[in-house]
Amino acid sequence: MKRYILKRILQSTLSLLVVTFIIFSLTHLSGDPAVLMAPPDASQADIQEMRVSMGLTEPFHVQYGLFLSGLLKGDFGRSFKWNQPCLEVWFERFPNTLLLAAAAMGFTLTFGLSFGILSAVNVGRWFDKFGKIFALLGQSLPVFWVGLMLMWIFAVKLGWLPTSGMGTWQHLIMPAITLGWFFTAAITRLTRSSMLDVLDRDYIKMAKIKGVSRISVILKHAFKNASLPILTMGSLNFVFMLNGTVITETVFNWPGVGTLVVEAIFARDYPVVQTTVLIGSFFFVFVNLLVDVLYAYIDPRIRY
Amino acid sequence: MKNLEHSTETKRIHWFFNREYLRGCLSGLKELPLFSIMLLIVFVFLGVFGKFFTPHDPTWTDLNAILLPPFWIEGGNVSYLLGTDPLGRDILSQLIAGANVSLEVGFAVVIIAGTTGTIMALLSGYLGGKVDAVVMRLCEIALSIPYLMVAIVLAAILGPSKENIILILIVLGWAGYARVLRGEVLRVKEGDFVRLAVIAGCSPLRIMLRHILPNIVNTIIIMSTLQLGIVIIAEASLSFLGLGVPPPTPAWGSMCAEGRNYIFDAWWISFWPGLTIMLVVLSCNFLGDWLRIRLDPKFRQI
Amino acid sequence: MDAKTILEVKDLKTHFFTRRGVLKAVDGVSFSLREGETLGLVGESGCGKSITCFSIIDLVPEPAGRIVGGEIIFNGENLRLKSEREMDQIRGPEISMILQDPLTSLNPLFTIGEQVAEPIRIHQKRDKNAAWGKAMEMLQMVRIPSPEVRMKEYPHQMSGGMRQRIVGGMVLSCQPKVLIADEPTTSLDVTIQAQFLKLLKEIQQESNLSMIIVTHDFGIVARACDRVAVMYAGRIVESAGTLELFNNPTHPYTVALMDSLPKMGEKRDRLFTIEGQPPDLRTLGTGCSFAPRCTKAMDICRREYPPQMTIDEGHSVNCWLGKEQA
Repeated sequence: MKRYILKRILQSTLSLLVVTFIIFSLTHLSGDPAVLMAPPDASQADIQEMRVSMGLTEPFHVQYGLFLSGLLKGDFGRSFKWNQPCLEVWFERFPNTLLLAAAAMGFTLTFGLSFGILSAVNVGRWFDKFGKIFALLGQSLPVFWVGLMLMWIFAVKLGWLPTSGMGTWQHLIMPAITLGWFFTAAITRLTRSSMLDVLDRDYIKMAKIKGVSRISVILKHAFKNASLPILTMGSLNFVFMLNGTVITETVFNWPGVGTLVVEAIFARDYPVVQTTVLIGSFFFVFVNLLVDVLYAYIDPRIRY
Repeated sequence: MKNLEHSTETKRIHWFFNREYLRGCLSGLKELPLFSIMLLIVFVFLGVFGKFFTPHDPTWTDLNAILLPPFWIEGGNVSYLLGTDPLGRDILSQLIAGANVSLEVGFAVVIIAGTTGTIMALLSGYLGGKVDAVVMRLCEIALSIPYLMVAIVLAAILGPSKENIILILIVLGWAGYARVLRGEVLRVKEGDFVRLAVIAGCSPLRIMLRHILPNIVNTIIIMSTLQLGIVIIAEASLSFLGLGVPPPTPAWGSMCAEGRNYIFDAWWISFWPGLTIMLVVLSCNFLGDWLRIRLDPKFRQI
Repeated sequence: MDAKTILEVKDLKTHFFTRRGVLKAVDGVSFSLREGETLGLVGESGCGKSITCFSIIDLVPEPAGRIVGGEIIFNGENLRLKSEREMDQIRGPEISMILQDPLTSLNPLFTIGEQVAEPIRIHQKRDKNAAWGKAMEMLQMVRIPSPEVRMKEYPHQMSGGMRQRIVGGMVLSCQPKVLIADEPTTSLDVTIQAQFLKLLKEIQQESNLSMIIVTHDFGIVARACDRVAVMYAGRIVESAGTLELFNNPTHPYTVALMDSLPKMGEKRDRLFTIEGQPPDLRTLGTGCSFAPRCTKAMDICRREYPPQMTIDEGHSVNCWLGKEQA
């Protein structure tokens, strides 16, 4: 297993390097930072001076090298708009996004797992059919519409929840449901099919033959075996959620990383944009790696 | 070589001419998701010919008819069936015209990303070795990058336009196809008929096109149906954020964005476009699911 | 020898309700099993032997399958009237079953010890340590070397033969009165097969266990079974003591099955096979289901299903030809 972990780490590092390169190149295509940062009355000479001081006249690979070494030191550049190190700007917003994603994940897992298990156990009956339609609906509704409609029903019409912003736990409910809604469908489907697959296996029949009670068969025997693919998808989902809060945060004015990206883009603050996208990719690669390792740990067949 | 190709093993690829398969098709016809198919036909029709069917010009502003509710609510007007927006433009007309954007972007992305993904999958799966390693790395990288964020960045860099959106979604979308189809190619590659073709001396290109491709067509069709829904939502999301097709071209996503500011008084501005998106995507998903069950009951997770 | 009848199956019918028709997997099966006796259930794939066994312990795959008729009398009680909870208590300590493939019979994510100890904990209500100890005893009983080490290992670390023995230990841990073995040796190597059968026989002698062995292999029947029932298309077509069946097979299907076995000392150019295919269990007619493939079929065979006829003591057959011999 140690060899497997090492191999995966190497692969991930390679992927990360390529990702940084791609993002770096993209940001460079996006415009000349010197022009953007210069005060309106700057002359061409001033702008050229700025370019030199920002290192923009160096050849591309040198710039990239500097960029990489900066990353390793934790220097992600400086935000034009907020005039702070990008990492700080990001850190201010990130906990909010994390909170939102965690809440959404809780919603997704609770409903996704239970619906999935219940559908599998009642396969073919009305609950299963209802579950299928529910899952399809979940994947067909655009996130922003779910948010808007929830807002309209619960904040405007019923007045139970605040419309937008962050603050109390009531503020968290609608955004969490909005973000989690889409993934609930995927998890339900996956849980259902994974459970069905497992419930068909001989060792489940053996458990029943041994006289294990139905609930124990479903939850202890079947679910543990079914959980492997669910774990993989669940973790990836979490990262997708973390990286995909843009729409939800925009709809509800949630001060997180999503709104940060949009604000930064409209303000042409490319260092911040770059930072956010980079960190998002890091998360993904990291979680992917973690999941693979965890999978190997849970399934003893891979371990030995 | 001709004899080998007509052997019983290779008959498998001629599924279309297989009597029993056709009979199975016809018996399954009564289970067709009629509603989904009809809705999609309407969608395509309106997407292409919509501009001839709008009750009003979608960009025509009538300042006397601002923020009218749907006709069945008090204050509504029958000539503006679903209401109007803050500039007095008819919602229904915008809705119909917006189908054009969704349709064009949807089909363009699905066709091009699908083709690219298929080619990559064939090369990667069949040729294996270094080609496979490279393509898989590319896929993994393409899938590591946060989809929506990058789409936004690219849209901002390249500027909002229909062509740019299509390009961005293709770049982000081919990897999904490639990964799944590569798995299928690997599975099909193990079939005896492929080995026979290799022994008979068929060139790799011929094998890929004539033997492997027809056997993964089912997966391609199913994925495309599902991807269409995903792309439509993606385009709408970008439009919602203001990075999609620029005004005055009507698009469902941007209609929702406008409606957001009026959610308190004029719910209909956001409601109708979102509902339409839902219906179209739902039909895609229904169709895709139905196809998945009909074309290969062994499918489990796509 | 008046051993008590411990299990009696009367006219069992289990049907599968599919979209393309009703599949009569088991259509009127009756047999009885005495204490200490081994009954062999023989037949081709798809004849309903496995479903019969699953029906006895009420584990027919739902929702498509359902027991639609008949009685299953175990120890004087009709199992069909039992609730799910009650059946949970019968499965394990009263009736148990071994499946065909030992690899898939064990849960790959749990240790051997956990799986063998589980029925002991549930049915004998012992705590973890006591159950663990008893589980080790069971492993010793089925001749697993170094059980203390094995208990902590996982199924994939064992060989096929060991796995099947572990399954045996697992299902026998609560000392059931009836053990159903569904093709227990089919997945094993030939040499291991003999060992396993021998083990089963020894355990049976020690505890007066009754067994039903489902198989398509007459060799196993000859070695391990006291009585045999031959099944075809969901029904029993002939049943007799093992020796009697080998000496005097009456039903044309049984005869054909015996003929299919290559015998030592016999010279033949081609192996004998039975013409035709097993019937579609959805479209059985009113006549004998073997008639289309039977070389001795008569008119009445195609019209009416033959009732059970007794040929000799303990030897009965469902065939119109049997009328002459009865």
